[in-house]
Amino acid sequence: MGMTITEKILAAHAGLDEVKPGQLINAKLDIVLGNDITSPVAINEFEKVGAETVFDKCKICLVPDHFTPNKDIKSAEQVKQVREFAHKHEIEHFFELGQMGVEHCILPEQGIVGPGDAIIGADSHTCTYGALGAFATGVGSTDMAAGMITGEAWFKVPESIKFVFKGELQPHVGGKDLILYAIGDIGVDGARYMAMEFTGPVIDNLPIDDRFTMCNMAIEAGGKNGIIAADETTMEYVRGRFKREPVIYKSDEDAEYARVIEYDCSKIEPQVAFPHLPENTRGISEVGDVRIDQVVIGSCTNGRLSDLRIAAEFLKGQKVAPHIRCIVIPGTPLIYRQAMHEGLFDIFLDAGAIVSTPTCGPCLGGHMGVLAKGERAVATTNRNFIGRMGSPGSEVYLASPAVAACSAIKGKIAGPKEVLSK
Amino acid sequence: MILQGKVWKFGDDVDTDQIIPARYLNSSDPKELAKYAMEDARAGFAEVVGQGDIIVAGKNFGCGSSREHAPICIKAAGITGVIAPSFARIFYRNSINIGLPIFESKEAAEAIEEGHEVRVDATSGVIEDLTTGKNFQAVPFPDFMQELIAAGGLMNYIKKNKMDK
Repeated sequence: MGMTITEKILAAHAGLDEVKPGQLINAKLDIVLGNDITSPVAINEFEKVGAETVFDKCKICLVPDHFTPNKDIKSAEQVKQVREFAHKHEIEHFFELGQMGVEHCILPEQGIVGPGDAIIGADSHTCTYGALGAFATGVGSTDMAAGMITGEAWFKVPESIKFVFKGELQPHVGGKDLILYAIGDIGVDGARYMAMEFTGPVIDNLPIDDRFTMCNMAIEAGGKNGIIAADETTMEYVRGRFKREPVIYKSDEDAEYARVIEYDCSKIEPQVAFPHLPENTRGISEVGDVRIDQVVIGSCTNGRLSDLRIAAEFLKGQKVAPHIRCIVIPGTPLIYRQAMHEGLFDIFLDAGAIVSTPTCGPCLGGHMGVLAKGERAVATTNRNFIGRMGSPGSEVYLASPAVAACSAIKGKIAGPKEVLSK
Repeated sequence: MILQGKVWKFGDDVDTDQIIPARYLNSSDPKELAKYAMEDARAGFAEVVGQGDIIVAGKNFGCGSSREHAPICIKAAGITGVIAPSFARIFYRNSINIGLPIFESKEAAEAIEEGHEVRVDATSGVIEDLTTGKNFQAVPFPDFMQELIAAGGLMNYIKKNKMDK
């Protein structure tokens, strides 16, 4: 019997010829990741058991991106703990402010993760790297601690769901709309414990940034990982960045799937996920009149250069509605610089938006754009849970950079048609 | 191990942002985190929950973020076990790793009401609703996870099996 791409990567890292869904395996890890929220708990566990060294100082990434630049004294203490640990153990990939970007933007960008890898991260959106044809999954801090000590993690080999995206993508519809549509279809636990494998002609033609967005949100359907087989688009992205040898896996023709789901993309319009679950999706034409207070364009989901370009395309020569706070957050220093050089900052600032240094900040209600009770935001982020962006009495609507930019201009949830037809 | 306590009931898809809102994640101290346990699912929960109490919730409990602060804070707040029809993957893993007993049982999660007294045999997975007298059987853990649980969590297991060799 054939294997899926996920099964093949797990088998290779477990030193086995074959694995089957449900099988418990111990896999060697290429990268172990943590951030400023999860690493302190992991470091405490690491030290509590008396571990003296990490398994490989080149294979651990510590990215203080959530509450940085430090938002308060307690956050500063947490980052300090991570920094001291990084220095003590000579961790190669510790990202100090200035080099630091949102973890799931910066690891691929800096060529630290690549095709064929097995990666754990103490951050649920670690599944992002599946866009490169890697197995990557989010874990907790204790798993991170164990991973830092042993370079291994235990996994239950997941069943896979194959998503086949067919048809023609509509204008201004991208990876964010496709993944929101899929989550709306299968629900927030529709892929619980499972691998979500994205395939089909639309995926074959999808730019790498959109692929990151799709794999990033696999967790929002409960998925263990999202994955897209590496192809020429992937190789073009990793060439010159990825320092190790890429290993390309593809699912066998006779691989077994728990489900195969096909979508006709010609019927998918821009999507918006209503509070308080990412599965509450609606097409933009069915949104109705929803007045908003804030727009956030950024995050590990949509903080990449192409996302900022899309937002700028709509904001160019336009003004953000007077009552709107529009916050643009480039994902990494490189994206920040590229956007600046391309003149995107002028477009954002002329429109009345602000540009922030890279941070997760408002996505999880940390800082840089926290919502008050009764306020509503359209965000290109990944979660719209109760209180996610601030007050438990606030609301978050998830959408693409195109819809976010159009909503900022209109002061209510709006799609490209409403802005372009003016 | 026998757990016995009063039940607090929650709905479907309780996410980790409700279990421990991110605004409190500037600390990793369990006692500090415990003050805000379940705050955005039920304001003031930390003040009313008692040592030994048990959470009974709907499907997909603990979805969302990977924050281990979620099982850590409910454990530190006094909760000794969680019963639900299903758990989100990372929460499930984290709970086993830190030694918070969790039990998958759709029947128990549906039948047990808030305020009931429940007794759970963590080894056999038998759940007794002492208020109604009904019994339920939780889905058993795979052998490897039982080893982890028996070792007292992942770090103790690592220490015993990987570090002392």
